[in-house]
Amino acid sequence: MHYIGTKVGLVLVLLALTAGCGKKQPPIAQPSPPAPSGTATTAPAPPRPEAEALPVPPEPLAISEDAISGRSLEDLNRDSPFKTAFFPLDGAELDDEGRAVVTANAAIMRKYPTWMITVEGHCDERGTAEYNLALGERRAVAVKTYLMSLGIAGDRVRTVSYGKEFPFDPAHDEKAWANNRRAQFVITSK
Amino acid sequence: MNMRKLCTGNLLVAGAVLLAGGLHPSGQPMAQSAQAPQQPSEIAVVISGDPGTPPRYAVPDFIAASPDAAEAAKTITQVLWDDLAFEREFYLIPRDTYSTIPAARTPGQVPFGAWRELGADAVFFGTVSRMGGDVRVEVRLFNIRTQQSVFSKEYTGTAANPRLYAHTVADEVHQQQRALRGIARTKLAFSSDRNRERMVGTAENRDVKEVYMADYDGANSRRITTNRQLNITPVWSPDGRAIAYTSYRRGYPDIFVALIYQGLQQEPTKGVGQNMLPMYSPDGTRIAFMSNREGNPEIYVMNADGSNVRRVTNHPAIDVTPTWSPTGTQIAFTSDRAGSPQIYIVGADGLNLRRLTTTESYADRPTWSPAPFNEIAFAARTGPGYDIKIYDLATGATRQVTFGEGTNESPAYSPNGRHLAFTSTRAGRIQIFTIGRDGRGVKQVTRDGNNYTPSWSN
Repeated sequence: MHYIGTKVGLVLVLLALTAGCGKKQPPIAQPSPPAPSGTATTAPAPPRPEAEALPVPPEPLAISEDAISGRSLEDLNRDSPFKTAFFPLDGAELDDEGRAVVTANAAIMRKYPTWMITVEGHCDERGTAEYNLALGERRAVAVKTYLMSLGIAGDRVRTVSYGKEFPFDPAHDEKAWANNRRAQFVITSK
Repeated sequence: MNMRKLCTGNLLVAGAVLLAGGLHPSGQPMAQSAQAPQQPSEIAVVISGDPGTPPRYAVPDFIAASPDAAEAAKTITQVLWDDLAFEREFYLIPRDTYSTIPAARTPGQVPFGAWRELGADAVFFGTVSRMGGDVRVEVRLFNIRTQQSVFSKEYTGTAANPRLYAHTVADEVHQQQRALRGIARTKLAFSSDRNRERMVGTAENRDVKEVYMADYDGANSRRITTNRQLNITPVWSPDGRAIAYTSYRRGYPDIFVALIYQGLQQEPTKGVGQNMLPMYSPDGTRIAFMSNREGNPEIYVMNADGSNVRRVTNHPAIDVTPTWSPTGTQIAFTSDRAGSPQIYIVGADGLNLRRLTTTESYADRPTWSPAPFNEIAFAARTGPGYDIKIYDLATGATRQVTFGEGTNESPAYSPNGRHLAFTSTRAGRIQIFTIGRDGRGVKQVTRDGNNYTPSWSN
């Protein structure tokens, strides 16, 4: 029930799980070298000016026929491999369930090391419009901080708060509010 | 601009104050002086009611000099009545009670006897004539007791916005009769999804919100932004020529300034962190805002052009939604440093922090009143939703002005401090309402779409 925008096919779930359950990978560093030829992957990541990163190349993608990486950004976000993390009323702390969601999302980010994401912080209508703009920021930052603790490079993650401007569920009940207090992952480039 | 044209260009003040005898503040005729004074004093023209009661005003239909002026005459009459009623300085006699009193075609025909019988203290006489695209409005206000005109003016200008003539008369009559700065010509800026557009490129359906402005009563609404993104929390510059707001047009929140009469856009915080919730200082030279540029939501102040950014708050908790004191020396804001959102005050230099609200479970969006009132309005959690409360800085007492009709948020003072605009769900969707600072006189301003975070122009 706590799924938003994730009508994920079984294959995708398995992909995410394999990535998440595999051996711990070192932090992925930028810049990413182009993926080895022969794998059907995305276009190479654009070169980045910073050269201070650890020289640990990402592992070649294991799957040659990747249903996810071949899709457009819009399609990806419409049917996102990322799950949404949820928050308690007035709170910006990730609980166990939230951390599990972010951990699974971190695994996807490791699997697709060129992806850049924005974490959107959202609030329910029970907070005020102005304070919610800051609370949403807090929620997004909490997710970004946890992603970084899991080894995701901070420069792959942008945060943005939408306060209560974009409720996912327009209803006015506990279920809707719970769905609206969220940190949503949006892929911004791949 | 029509308004500028009316106010500065073609505004003709034909007769100032026509006065033969003069009035004592009590309403009693003064002793007749040897000759009429050249410059009658303001106080001599004040129309009083019975002792202890507000003067009773009648606004009979303005006379259309020709059929093509009928619509404008009708509009001006109705809007003048509404404007005068809004400030509650006068008792506006219900219009249907004097529908049988014959209309005067000339100032000399005003049936003073009939008006006195109705108990009126003051009655308007107005004519409206069309001259092509222009309109000429002639207005007089008669003191029923003395049968003398205490206010006599003639306005010419565009016929495109007849309401503006009524607003101008209302402001001038409030100024002359009550020494009150009226708000009839002020405007509201707000954010709205009324154009029902959807954002493009997002996975879900997300409504566009654009910045709009409208007259204080909701009429003459105009769209200011057209970028089809999220544009929220607009605020007026004190000179009324600019609207600063938060826009997500770049995919993240940043502060933009729309110079509404020049069609220009500025981005004073461009490129530095994420910035939102701008608020002009009372003299217009500075903007307070919230930014995460140093990693945490804090209050900053910059010059209006974006230069000289200084940090005001310094706490790992959330500090958000600043408002200026009338002198520009202090800033009130919301912080959750004590665990829940509460209102604090700090010097604009970052010194002398103190907590204001101590008995609320949740308080947000402080709005400092203009002088002479010395109070801060805010939204307080009062159950499942919010109500508007006002903290009196002189006494430390808090009073409530809305009482659980829907949820009520985002208060903003009128420039004379006597009214608040706020958002409420009491009529279904989120709409802007106005209310007196005494909690009386609720009026719905917007009706189309959802409307958010009003700001009241000077």
